[in-house]
Amino acid sequence: MENILEVNNLSKKFKGFLLDNVSFSIPYGYIMGFIGANGAGKTTTIKLIMDLVKKDGGEIRIFGRDHQHYDREIKQKIGFVYEECYYYEELSVMGMKQIIAPFYQDWDERIFQQYMERFNLPAKKKIKELSRGMKMKFSLAVALSHHAGLIILDEPTSGLDPVFRDEFLEILRDLLQDESKGVLFSTHITTDLDKIADYVCFIDKGKIVFSGVKDEILGKYVIVKGSKDLLTEESHKLLIGLRENEFGFQALSNDAARLKSQLGDRILLEKADLDDIMLYTTRRNREDA
Amino acid sequence: MNIIISNSSPEPIYEQIYRQIKNSVIIGELRPGELLPSIRTLARELQISVITSKRAYEELERDGFIETVPGKGSYVSEQSAELLKEKRMRIIEEKLTEVVDDCKLLGINLAELHEMLDLLFMEV
Repeated sequence: MENILEVNNLSKKFKGFLLDNVSFSIPYGYIMGFIGANGAGKTTTIKLIMDLVKKDGGEIRIFGRDHQHYDREIKQKIGFVYEECYYYEELSVMGMKQIIAPFYQDWDERIFQQYMERFNLPAKKKIKELSRGMKMKFSLAVALSHHAGLIILDEPTSGLDPVFRDEFLEILRDLLQDESKGVLFSTHITTDLDKIADYVCFIDKGKIVFSGVKDEILGKYVIVKGSKDLLTEESHKLLIGLRENEFGFQALSNDAARLKSQLGDRILLEKADLDDIMLYTTRRNREDA
Repeated sequence: MNIIISNSSPEPIYEQIYRQIKNSVIIGELRPGELLPSIRTLARELQISVITSKRAYEELERDGFIETVPGKGSYVSEQSAELLKEKRMRIIEEKLTEVVDDCKLLGINLAELHEMLDLLFMEV
């Protein structure tokens, strides 16, 4: 399968932070959720992909080409939505659009107008008068109006209400009817991804914890609960982010079969969702530190 | 065709789709040769990932319920009447096996089970 985005052994060192050998890839036609706690390295990775920050090592290929060598061509084909709004606050929506549009060779005014209508965006209002959701919709309209192949979304839904988030996911679903597109969707609201994402990449403290097909990941992890006297040294090795309380323990595990053979039917196993996986894993890594 | 997805069920989503489409084929609700929605349309409509709907179709294809023509789409396979009958019988067989297991567990003998079946068949 060909990849629309490929990141290989990417590294970057800042004071007090190391992005360490990050690798993942997205095939054409699919959407990858990029999850991790605040400060885990999501935005840094995205800035490196966009070449807004220079990498120390590793390789980034977009549409199969080196992202620095073909910088200009590639950026024409990326739709980018940032968590915060980087527009001139004093300009009107239309005024701002008129500044951005000429940067893109393939700007499609017809598509832009369709989104303006679909999102109910007020053309004459100043950017600063828009609500947070409206600003996000404007960013999205811009990102989707120049026939971009790769859509990169950095925390687009944070701080927005469920109704908007649902609308937003609807747009992504429509977009992915086209097999030549790809989406990298960074978020810490994992419920947005539980359904829509094909792949999930989880980063913690600058390192990739896992990256792969979402269904396989969700199928592998379970929440384990049971009474404390069941815990042995052996079983400790299979438990992630173990928490004990007065009446029992609970933890995450990615090896339900082994746990069952060790502890038998006396444990309770429950499906883990992405939130659980992120929470327990992050907790363990904090404790190791 | 209706497909209802439960998010709280322990059954994986691709299996839920697989089972429901398979049943539609077996009971004849989906006719041989009928065009199924594309993988991407199905994913959008059911609000699931493309990989999930793809997996369901792959399993259906593997088991001979549908056929995929590259560039055209997926169709319900031609099922021979005999094969279909056999598949229908197998569904009942599976259910009866469960019943038989339960009977043994609860100490109900064959004659009693027969009697129960006779009664139920008349009633329902």
